[in-house]
Amino acid sequence: MKLLQPESLPEALAMLAEQPEAIPIAGGTDLLVVWPTRPAEHDRCYVDLSGVPELKGVRWTDGQLALGALATYWDVIRDARATRELPLLGRAARQVGAIQIQARGTWAGNIANASPAADGVPVLMAYDAVVVLDSAHGREAVPLSDFYQGYKRMRRRSDQLVVEIRIPLPRTPYRVQWFEKVGSRRAQAIAKVGLAVVRGEQGWRVVAASMAPTVRRCPAIERRLAGSTPLRSPDDLLPAIEQDVAPIDDIRSTAHYRRRVMARVLYYGLQAT
Amino acid sequence: MTDNQFRTPHSTFRTTFTLNGTPITLAVDPAERLLDTLRYRLGLTGTKEGCGEGECGACTVYLNGLPVVSCLVPIYQVRGARVETVESLDPATLEPLRRSGATQCGACTPGVVMTARWIDAHRELLHSHTVRELMAGNLCRCTGYDGIIDGIAAGLEGRP
Repeated sequence: MKLLQPESLPEALAMLAEQPEAIPIAGGTDLLVVWPTRPAEHDRCYVDLSGVPELKGVRWTDGQLALGALATYWDVIRDARATRELPLLGRAARQVGAIQIQARGTWAGNIANASPAADGVPVLMAYDAVVVLDSAHGREAVPLSDFYQGYKRMRRRSDQLVVEIRIPLPRTPYRVQWFEKVGSRRAQAIAKVGLAVVRGEQGWRVVAASMAPTVRRCPAIERRLAGSTPLRSPDDLLPAIEQDVAPIDDIRSTAHYRRRVMARVLYYGLQAT
Repeated sequence: MTDNQFRTPHSTFRTTFTLNGTPITLAVDPAERLLDTLRYRLGLTGTKEGCGEGECGACTVYLNGLPVVSCLVPIYQVRGARVETVESLDPATLEPLRRSGATQCGACTPGVVMTARWIDAHRELLHSHTVRELMAGNLCRCTGYDGIIDGIAAGLEGRP
């Protein structure tokens, strides 16, 4: 095992530039899951971010919330302003495992792990979050909705680090905002379907998890909701769902079930708002 | 930069942290999980390994005051941290759990009492969370959970 423990951000970025195969590790809640069963993982190179002070914490600046790469779910759950002004963050965070995972898992790690079933990514995407990537060659900001390119593929070069996630505060309060996760049980389960729905000045944002190779926005559904034709039943959403997502049969669910549940969760969620 | 880079497998490095109130320095393999260090290097076998993949909560310890699953914590991230294990608890505080039927086979119990004691010490969390939500990371295959929840409630109310 090759272990690099930088103590500043420039040092971390220099290490990533020199070691393209290095894996950044923050809370480790995804990387350590396979630790006992995959010894080959022990032979890789890790850049431990836990000692990099620039990456810590939750910061409020004018008009936005910035989550450092080491900001955990629990940091946000315990942030009264986040609970008040961006309530979906806390609601999604409370559905990630339980306290033991919330205390260690990070929002940036959830993004960089690129799971299609991520719990933190849908609400970030629905809130128009921006991913800040830094490297020895400079910084760039990428909208989270443009970040994923395919299953576990993303717009992050190996020398780049997700250093911050920026979430803009709405100028007028969101009129609709909810997050729903359907799993086998209420806690400690991976999503069969995840849905974040937000309506604000920019229009509708509908973001689905576990419904496609990546967490993704659903433009056909967003157009359907912006249109004037009322929805009379969950089935009315199926054509738009068909355009937006491509669920699969896997160990947790079936494509058929996922489509039907997404339609119902969406329909009844909209009825309630 | 610390001196523990460019390790080959099975190499060791020295690390320092506070364990149950006492600072310790020891040689560890960077591939160890905190759980391995506690059980196999330090002989603190109160912390159990259940699933080994962060689901069951049997290996719960406090890291800088928060409950974490020690099977998902690489030992190299524990440098300078505060770690508390089930061995640090006062057995008398466990009496309500013993009386309420919160334990049967005992595999989950060390983790359960760690989270339960943390809730007891952070009662302000009960303004925003239920005991059940805070206990959701500790799976128990015997009791059906009611005995655990009742025991924690009894402790919170000061009942024996």
